[in-house]
Amino acid sequence: MSPGLLGAVLGVALVIVIGVSLTLGAASLSLAEVGAALWARLGGASVDPLVEGIVWDLRMPRIVTAALVGAGLGVAGVVMQAVTRNPLADPYLLGLSSGASFGAVAVLLAGLTFLLPVAAFAGALIAVVAALGLASAMGGLTPSRTVLAGVAVSAFAAALTSFVVFWFVTGDSYREVLSWLLGSVAGARWPEVLIAAGAFLVAGLPLLLTGRMLDAFAFGDTSAAALGINVPRTRWLMLGLAALLTGGLVSVSGSIGFVGLVLPHAVRLLVGPGHRALLPLSALAGGVFLVLADTLARTLFDPRELPVGVITALVGAPVFALLLLRSRART
Amino acid sequence: MSAAGARVEGLRVDELSTDGPSTDGLSAGGLRVSGLTVRIGGRILVNDVSFAAPAGAVTALVGPNGAGKSTLLRALVGAQSRVRGEVRVDGVVLGDLSRRERARIVAFVEQEAHTDLALSVRDTVALGRIPHDSLWRAPDAHSEALVDDALESLGIANLAERHIGTLSGGERQRVFVAQALAQQPSMLLLDEPTNHLDVAAQLHLLELLAHLAATGLTVVTALHDLSHAAAYSQHLVALRDGRMIAEGASDDVLTPEFVEGLYGVRAARTRNPITGRAGFAFGPGGV
Repeated sequence: MSPGLLGAVLGVALVIVIGVSLTLGAASLSLAEVGAALWARLGGASVDPLVEGIVWDLRMPRIVTAALVGAGLGVAGVVMQAVTRNPLADPYLLGLSSGASFGAVAVLLAGLTFLLPVAAFAGALIAVVAALGLASAMGGLTPSRTVLAGVAVSAFAAALTSFVVFWFVTGDSYREVLSWLLGSVAGARWPEVLIAAGAFLVAGLPLLLTGRMLDAFAFGDTSAAALGINVPRTRWLMLGLAALLTGGLVSVSGSIGFVGLVLPHAVRLLVGPGHRALLPLSALAGGVFLVLADTLARTLFDPRELPVGVITALVGAPVFALLLLRSRART
Repeated sequence: MSAAGARVEGLRVDELSTDGPSTDGLSAGGLRVSGLTVRIGGRILVNDVSFAAPAGAVTALVGPNGAGKSTLLRALVGAQSRVRGEVRVDGVVLGDLSRRERARIVAFVEQEAHTDLALSVRDTVALGRIPHDSLWRAPDAHSEALVDDALESLGIANLAERHIGTLSGGERQRVFVAQALAQQPSMLLLDEPTNHLDVAAQLHLLELLAHLAATGLTVVTALHDLSHAAAYSQHLVALRDGRMIAEGASDDVLTPEFVEGLYGVRAARTRNPITGRAGFAFGPGGV
């Protein structure tokens, strides 16, 4: 499949899932009502303020947040897979998401909500440095070592988070924190959109432009150096940006797993491994996927709601297992 | 064998390299290494090595396992940190260049390059354009044409859409040489390129290196097989324990006594009854 065609398909799919998702929910709206409500806020004829509120203030920010988080995790996954040369790398599996969660929960419970994105970024950065440092100390960044190191870091960060939650969280806020830890965009309103968009703008967009540099890593560090890449500096810069992106996203959505793993692999199967196409297409695919998953999360068991992270894990974990089987077959 | 030989005859490598800087200053050209030292974790792997490799010739890098051949090549290509000393190619000090500028002069064929990605042959060769292309835009038509030329000149245009993982060892090696040529270098470095190749693919590769050198390229290759070194290199550098122990015309350096001293085996010069070229026969024991 040509990258242009897949891009067009994903673009159309994104518009469709957003449109459909806007109609679904406790109050079922028709596409025409949604259209009228969208148009009303943009200066068109006014509609029932309740409908306009549902579309613009409840559903839209949640959907846009899901799209941004999905896109960002897709990009972060591609970048991490390329610079660690590890097809299994993903912000969730390497512990970035857990690190970010711990940072976020810690400042949240300390009442320093304004520090949320910063703390999440710091947590993600410490986690990725710890995971890759551990993998290097084990003898080099092979896929299995990197994943094992990620598991160790992830478990440690999760234990810290559980401790903090267990010690400080009481009553109603418990359910809220738990839902956030499992990964959810349920609470997202326009301020959250702003944070997710900011993270994507600052860290995601620059990463989208690094395709050719990521290509150079295909045959490893020596080969990348021979092609004129400053390997250590490029690797850490990219991982730093991926941590910034993950941290920003986790601070609004909690840790949503497997998006960065599953979507890039699916896109690779369709258009091949060239990163100049893979990066933007994985962003688009991640956006479509997460909007879809979140729509399912809030409608499948209506009126009860699943955290979207449960859905992505239900899809992602089997795919991860398949990838493990494939990488085993090769070695 | 005849098929492989015929394809070597059909090379158009000369057309490829006219674009590159390799035609400049052939006489003052080539590689000059002075006082090169590489440390890794407190150990000195390459110790104060100085030698020259003339342009337009194949220079063989020989020595026992662990002599520092790979480390030396990696240092020359800029993939090694903690390197001291000066390296000049065609008079240009590599240390003064940016990494990208260096990658336009020096290309490297690794010993065992591997990828998990499902790259096609063409994708792989196109990586060689990275030092020349803008990192932000799609490769231009000129760049694409040079990739086609590289595929063509190595006789692998018919493999262009094949997945790199499905190739034979000899085909893979030609893909990596094509990638290196797409870099339009004036110096080509190779680390034991005949490893794991069958005899036909070995000879094909060595003939190819001779042909590339004849177009003016400086070719430096680590070789284990001393008969190959004797038959295909004009110049030779011998390393042991990170130190250079001999440099000169291959015919002069590669005496049986020298080989016996270097490897601790018995050695005798032979003549290949088919090609008439120099070679070596070995026996255990020795000095």
